[in-house]
This record gives sequence, C-alpha cells and structure tokens, in this order.
Amino acid sequence: MHKKRLIARLDIKNSFVIKGIHLEGLRKIGEPNAMALEYYNQGIDELIFMDAVAAYYDRNSLFHIIEAACRDVFVPITVGGGIRTLEDIRQALKSGADKVAINTQAIANPSFIKEAAQTFGSQCIVASIVAKLSTPGHWEAYTYNGREPTGRDALEWAKELEDLGAGEIMLTSLDQEGTKKGYDITLYEAFRPTLSIPLIACGGAGRHEHLTQLSDAVDVDALSVASLFHYGLAGIAETKEVLAASGIEVRR
Amino acid sequence: MSIVVIDYGLGNTKSVVNALKNQGAEPLLSNEPEVIAGAEGVILPGVGAFPHGMNQLRRFDLVDPLIRYAQSGRPLLGICLGMQMLLSRGLEFVLTPGLGLIAGEVVPLASEQGLYGRIPHVEWSPLIRPTAEKWDDTILHNIDSKTEAYFVHSFIANPAEEKTILASTPYQGIAFCSAIREGNIYGCQFHPEKSGLEGLKILENFLKIAKGAKE
Repeated sequence: MHKKRLIARLDIKNSFVIKGIHLEGLRKIGEPNAMALEYYNQGIDELIFMDAVAAYYDRNSLFHIIEAACRDVFVPITVGGGIRTLEDIRQALKSGADKVAINTQAIANPSFIKEAAQTFGSQCIVASIVAKLSTPGHWEAYTYNGREPTGRDALEWAKELEDLGAGEIMLTSLDQEGTKKGYDITLYEAFRPTLSIPLIACGGAGRHEHLTQLSDAVDVDALSVASLFHYGLAGIAETKEVLAASGIEVRR
Repeated sequence: MSIVVIDYGLGNTKSVVNALKNQGAEPLLSNEPEVIAGAEGVILPGVGAFPHGMNQLRRFDLVDPLIRYAQSGRPLLGICLGMQMLLSRGLEFVLTPGLGLIAGEVVPLASEQGLYGRIPHVEWSPLIRPTAEKWDDTILHNIDSKTEAYFVHSFIANPAEEKTILASTPYQGIAFCSAIREGNIYGCQFHPEKSGLEGLKILENFLKIAKGAKE
C-alpha cells in the first residue's frame, strides 16, 4: 500500500499567493512564506510554488521566495512556472527547491525534459500537464498556465513525458481547477493505467470527500490541494485524520 | 565544530546546509581536501545517477580525500546518492566503482513482481529498526521504529553484510536497506533534511556523534 502524499499548492503572482477559478480571475490570498511555514507546521508532506504569470514573461520570479521558504521548511519543495533552460533549473535547485515543474517549455521542446532528467536526475523533474476535456474521454493539453490550447492529446503527451524521463506527472484538471467541486475522477482513471511514474492529482478539492472519493476510485500518488487550505475550509492534520479514517494511508 | 557538506556540483546542498543550521551547526560547503581532512563531521549529499555522481567526485579529486577522511574514524554521512556511492559499485546504466567504504552494490529498486512497480519511489515511508538496541548511539538514536521519512529514488543499496543494515523500509512487497552503518560511516537512502522534525533529529544525532568523536 502506498502512503499518499498531501501537497499544498501555492500559486503566486507579484509576491502574493493568489487563487482563481479555472486559473482565471485571480485574487490575493496571502503571503507565500508565512503560508508555507504555517502548512509545514501543520504537517504538510510537500509544497508546490507556481509562478502564475511566469510563462508570459520568460522567467520565474519565485527564487527569492524559495530561498526564504527553505530556511524554515524541511519538506520537499517544487517550483514551477517559466522554467525554460537548464540554467533555470540550476538556479531553482540552488535556491533550495528539490524539484521543478515544467509545462510550457516541455511542449515547445520535448527534448528539454530528456536533457533536464539526464542532467539533474528524473527525481527532480515534475512534468506538469494542464488538461481540458475536449471530447468525452479525451483531454487536450494547455500551456501558459491554462490559457493556450496546444492541440496535443494530454494522455499521449503524458506517456511521452514518462518516456522522456520525467520523474512524476502533475496533472491539473482545467475544468475543475478552482471550482471546489471535486477532482475530475474520470481524468485520473484514464491516465493512471498508462503511467508507471507517480501521478499528482491537482484541481478541484473543496471538501474532504473530494480527496477520499478520488483516492477510493484511483491509485494516485499525491493529492494537491489549494482552495481547501487557503480559504481555511480545513486544517491539514484534520484532513489527514479524515483520510486515515477512511482507510487511506497517509503520513501522520 | 567544523561540519563540512561536500560541494561537488550535485545535489540539494542548500537544503542540507539549512537543516544543519537549524540544528545549531555552522556547516561549510567545500570541496577542498584540506578542509575535508580537518573536518569533525562530513556529509556527502547527492541526487541523480550513480555514474554521474562518481564522475563528479573524480572531477573534483574528492575520492581519495573522502576515503582518507573515512579512515580517520570521524563520522561521515552519505545521503541518497551520497549513501549509494559509499558502496563498492553501482549497476545504474553501467557498472561503476563506488568509494568502496562499505561492501555491497547498488541495484535497481524492484517490486516483488520484478521491475514493474511504481518507480521512482517518491513517498514518505517507514524506517524499520532491525533489533531493539541497533539504533542506540547511532544517527537513529531516540527515533521510533516506523518513523516516516521522505524518499525519492529508483535504485537501492544492497550491502554484502546484513549487520551493516541500520534500517530497512518496505516497498511493494520487498524490504530494502534504507539506512546503513559501518563504524563511523553512515548512509541514509531517505532525505533527513526533507523529513520534517524527525529528519532534523537525525541530523542533530549526527552532529552529536561528531561532537563526541572530537571529545
């Protein structure tokens, strides 16, 4: 039995944690380092920092935030948004990140994933896919933080990313993201059997049942949560208790 | 007290340094043989592939200084790839000699059914104590058996002698060596610097051992 990881995702714009619906209509939630420390103290398993607008500006502006966060936070940290070169990855790791999440640049140049995995090891390369339902049972991959359709079938793309050497897949449902209406279970059901690397589910968690429903239906490796924690709808320890009570193994 | 974190262009040295600072140490990041020779505790971090790691150690002329340091009796801790490189050889991509400080080899992590499980192993998993006293006065002193630590790896250490296994961890029907010890030489397959408060306690234990070795 796998222990499921519970991840808090912090989307950041102009040094503030923000949250939108379908990755649009962003509003300010709080200060990233204060929130990261709070989640760490509450027992989060991992943190993801995403620069919400970096893909448009060809750069990631989170390195100084990561540098501060990892002085006090001793769980794995992933940083994403605007990661385009090996030098960007080097800088992210130097700032204290353990992994980088890559989406837009992977679509633009798939061999970047291979190069990155060979240079830094697969364990530090999280391939990020933002998927939107196109026709029943089919999802299209989006880039630029969910703004640009790519015409690529997300499932085929996921398989290719695994073959290129990605260490994990973070799969965000654009349809569910920010809605607090639950994870897109059919999405993860479709992807799980084709992947042997860890799969992180992202987008839609608004209540505890959403986490248990997905976990009961699909063997995802990690649950990424934003709204549920950001809006104070649930605490982390409490969430883990609910998961454990329904038979889902988590770190206590 | 001079604690040295080996800087050889690989790994999350920043996180290791931060965690040691959190425990009151003032670690030096270094690849200078003289600094290593004078250290009271040395940590060899590392992530990535075995051949690349050994290449980097050779590139920085660190193989002999590390072996000489290990022979001094002062504590050495390898983390993740740093632990794997303590062994005789690695079988990742091509057969590559390791530092040879602990007999054994580094092999792919396979499930009971073979190589078809969920790989890499990215998870918080329990550290199991082999016998009641095994952890006394080691880096796992006062850690409870089944304490969970953060792992991220696709290969495992397979030590030649069972007595060097300090902790084991179950995964997909097998149990692998998750911490190793031979005298003053320690290794963790997991990341103590990323394993929350319990991980910090393991690093604190290492610092105490370094201090004890000095006195």
